[in-house]
Amino acid sequence: MKDYELFDRNTQAIIYGYQSDAIQRMVDFDYVCRRQKPSVAAIIQPTQTSAIAYHKVFWGSTEIVIPIYKTISIAVAKHPTADVLINFASFRSAFETSLEALHTKTIRTIVIIAEGIPEKHSRLLIKVAEENNKFIIGPATVGGIVAGAFKIGNTAGTLENIILSKLYRPGSVGFVSKSGGMSNEMYFMIAQNTDGIREGVAVGGDRYPGSTLLDHLIRFEKNPSIKMLVCLGEIGGTDEYAIVDALSKENITKPLVMWVTGTAARILPKGLQFGHAGAMAGSENETAEAKNRALKDAGAIVPNSYNDFDKKIKETFENLKKQGIIQPIEDFEPPQIPIDFKDAVKQGLVRRPTDVVVTISDDRGDIPTFSKVGLDEIIEKNKSIGYVIGLLWFKRKLPDFAQQFIEMVIKLTADHGPAVSGAHNAIVTARAGKDLMSSLSSGILTIGPRFGGAISDAARYFREALLKKMSPQEFVSYMKNVLKINIPGIGHRIKSIENPDVRVKLLKEFVFQNFKKHPYLDFALEVEKLTTTKRNNLILNVDGCIGITFLDMLENLDFTAEEIEDVIYSETLNGLFVLGRSIGMMGHIFDQKRQRAGLYRQPWDEILFSDS
Amino acid sequence: MAQKSIYEAAAKRLIASELPKYYTGWKYHNKLLVIDSENIDDIDTLIKKNPWVKQEKLVAKPDQLFGKRGKANLILLGANWNEMKEFCSAKMNSVFEIGNLKGKLERILVEPFIPHDQEFYVSFTTHRHGDTIHFSLEGGIFIEENWDKVTHINVPFGIDIRSFDLKSKLPDIGKLGEFIIPFIKGLYQVFVDQDFTFLELNPFALTKINEIVPLDVKARIDDTAAFLHGDTWGNTIEFPVGFGQEFSDEEIRIRELDEKTGASLKLRILNPKGRIWTMVAGGGASVVYTDTIADLGFGGELGNYGEYSGNPTQEHTEIYAHTIINLMCKYPSPKGKLKYLIIGGGIANFTDIKATFFGITNAITKSAEKLKKNNVQIYVRRGGPNEKAGLELIRKVGEKTGIPIHVYDRYTHMTKVVELIKQAEE
Repeated sequence: MKDYELFDRNTQAIIYGYQSDAIQRMVDFDYVCRRQKPSVAAIIQPTQTSAIAYHKVFWGSTEIVIPIYKTISIAVAKHPTADVLINFASFRSAFETSLEALHTKTIRTIVIIAEGIPEKHSRLLIKVAEENNKFIIGPATVGGIVAGAFKIGNTAGTLENIILSKLYRPGSVGFVSKSGGMSNEMYFMIAQNTDGIREGVAVGGDRYPGSTLLDHLIRFEKNPSIKMLVCLGEIGGTDEYAIVDALSKENITKPLVMWVTGTAARILPKGLQFGHAGAMAGSENETAEAKNRALKDAGAIVPNSYNDFDKKIKETFENLKKQGIIQPIEDFEPPQIPIDFKDAVKQGLVRRPTDVVVTISDDRGDIPTFSKVGLDEIIEKNKSIGYVIGLLWFKRKLPDFAQQFIEMVIKLTADHGPAVSGAHNAIVTARAGKDLMSSLSSGILTIGPRFGGAISDAARYFREALLKKMSPQEFVSYMKNVLKINIPGIGHRIKSIENPDVRVKLLKEFVFQNFKKHPYLDFALEVEKLTTTKRNNLILNVDGCIGITFLDMLENLDFTAEEIEDVIYSETLNGLFVLGRSIGMMGHIFDQKRQRAGLYRQPWDEILFSDS
Repeated sequence: MAQKSIYEAAAKRLIASELPKYYTGWKYHNKLLVIDSENIDDIDTLIKKNPWVKQEKLVAKPDQLFGKRGKANLILLGANWNEMKEFCSAKMNSVFEIGNLKGKLERILVEPFIPHDQEFYVSFTTHRHGDTIHFSLEGGIFIEENWDKVTHINVPFGIDIRSFDLKSKLPDIGKLGEFIIPFIKGLYQVFVDQDFTFLELNPFALTKINEIVPLDVKARIDDTAAFLHGDTWGNTIEFPVGFGQEFSDEEIRIRELDEKTGASLKLRILNPKGRIWTMVAGGGASVVYTDTIADLGFGGELGNYGEYSGNPTQEHTEIYAHTIINLMCKYPSPKGKLKYLIIGGGIANFTDIKATFFGITNAITKSAEKLKKNNVQIYVRRGGPNEKAGLELIRKVGEKTGIPIHVYDRYTHMTKVVELIKQAEE
């Protein structure tokens, strides 16, 4: 690469900042230019935890990876041939990172995207760059482009615009402006009136850009592939006079078509900030008119207004063509880049089946909704946990009695002392130093046929009995003789007819008072009458009562028989037990952790060691 | 974001707090009182809090970013507190014309009157590779006339001013140099460290007991450096608008909108009765449209300057469009002449043209009757992502409402619409 070139078809850049869109746009550009290698060698993301990670980008329709490093020093060490750093750091950190890059051996050109870099910092960067023979583009710039070779970040916008502006192959025009906002317009306008851009740069609108309009014009002047120069200056500052000077000293000899914007400042109120940081005319010679006049006098081709800029550019180009200085160039059909899926969806070009159907909640809007009820409404109207469970588990706004019933079940099942298997396991795990989640899971994992399972079993068998229209006596015989199991939900270790379980009593009272109908409880009590005649502790126990009264609750809601089947099938009842008991198990875990209780070891004297 | 002027009082306070760090021998009276249109009603309390006001002879002058105050007869010198009070209540809120700017006097700076024999001039400016110290033994209101007597000393960027040989570069000031040189060096360090971009003491005085006092101070600081100076700028540094810049309700509303969002929405009214109004996307393009309107001879007809960019929401774009439409329909045009609205812009980078046009077309549709009644012709030129659909959208609104909307895409030169308006006028 010659000293007047900053980028060519082999240039690779390191990108500071994880700008995935800009990176993909650069690589897409590379692909349509038929570059051999992508122009992005590496990414630096200082917030990254690992030393190296990888970023995926599309190369045409296949994917490739680009390494992401934590620091500039690793990135430059790993990619010594990457001589460009495109710095997307914010105005707060762009100075330090650019300074660091200026002190590396391998980085030759630094592009600073951030707007709002203090002038003092810019001036220091300029000094260091000059001392180290480096080049800076920016700050406050979108960057620039070498057509058919290398594109900085988001320069030139969408791929469609790049193709329309013929930026995928070199033309003969070198273009430089302050404003990045106008560069797309200019690239396209130049492509309309000439054979297109060879190189385009926006130096940024700051008072002290890292490289000036003239710096780039001089590079273009030296570059034999560039035949004519186009420049868009602006009001404020004196950079354009450096061009005037270069023209009169014949440091610029190629035709230069130039316009300085801001001629309307004379009709604007004084002190109105016009466009960029550097764009405030402090004295008469900083006005756009003075600059345009001086440029014209020095030999630049200056239109009468921006409105004739295109005509002057065309005229100049046609002249050079006529003189044989510009030869016709060979165009080619750039390869197509497949449309991004999300854009295709947006345009209605493709569709894709979803994988999951969700019917209970939606978090896409301003506030999450549970079965279409906003969380805000739930909070503002002080709705109960039973109401929330109704929305998320049953997709219904449950009536008060059902909400209360559910909350009652949760309270009844919340804890049953430390000795039951769930709490015990949770305690043992917590004391083994495991975290809350592990300890809770270990407790929950014991819930099943023998622990807590009686609730859903009771519901299942009593439901079968009623569906088959068995009499209580038939049911008792069926369980004993056909299935040959104890009736789930019947029987208690200690409690009996004489010594009833208070929890069962409360549940029954609630159901009798609040449920319009309670066929399952009625049936179960008939069954209990039969079983207690055999033994007085064969009573309806709390698990059975919960299961059975839960069925009664469903009977009192607007469920069809099929929907009730779904509720049972989906283990909702088990869910109530898990939910309730988790409260207690977490309590035990917190209790142990608070005490910093040590590892639990079952004492030997609780174990019978036997050789048998 | 750029170089911004700050109040004289703020500049003096910043110097007062920072200069002693670099020039320990410097003593300053620290007596500054700002009377403004809000606190003037409590002027007696202010005087009580600043007992020096009653003890010393005073200077009072406007502090609103304009110079030549002496020439405009707005400076009170050597007064006592009663005279100062009278001066303030007489001048406050009255309208003055300074140069060609008309504005209300709203801030007066009161300081002790410093008797002195000689007035010096010093200022600092920045350039790409360094700073320049401008110094003169003949400061004061005739500095511009005496500019040839000013010494300009280049200070290369980044050098340590303490070891810089300033003395040999200054005019011979004899033993005054003992005070003036460390003062200038210290002041220069404040200038650099506090990110001033311009600082002018015209004049500063040396009192009989060799105390250096800045009399009139003008300063600009680099507001992009604010994040570095939370400690020293704090709440004391404001960035006031220039004297004589009054804002209409519409301008204030758009500025409030602008401050609320990450997008940019700017509006200045140039001529409320103008017949050409613009709604241009992008700062660069808006300048070019404004230029072209002026360059083609319609500067006097231009109603506004402004721009929208940075992907404003549909709602904000609609409010912006609505505001401009209302403004341009406020006054009937003379003899039913045509009015023009330019909805312009270059080729956007990533902004979805259709999405931004939704807000604009909503505003047009809602104000259709008003626009027709005012003979408004709309000229549209824009390019960018989704441009076909966007331009089609606005063209259809023209058909539906019957408003003449002329729509052009990227293949028409950006400012051609201005030329077309010129042709329509001829």
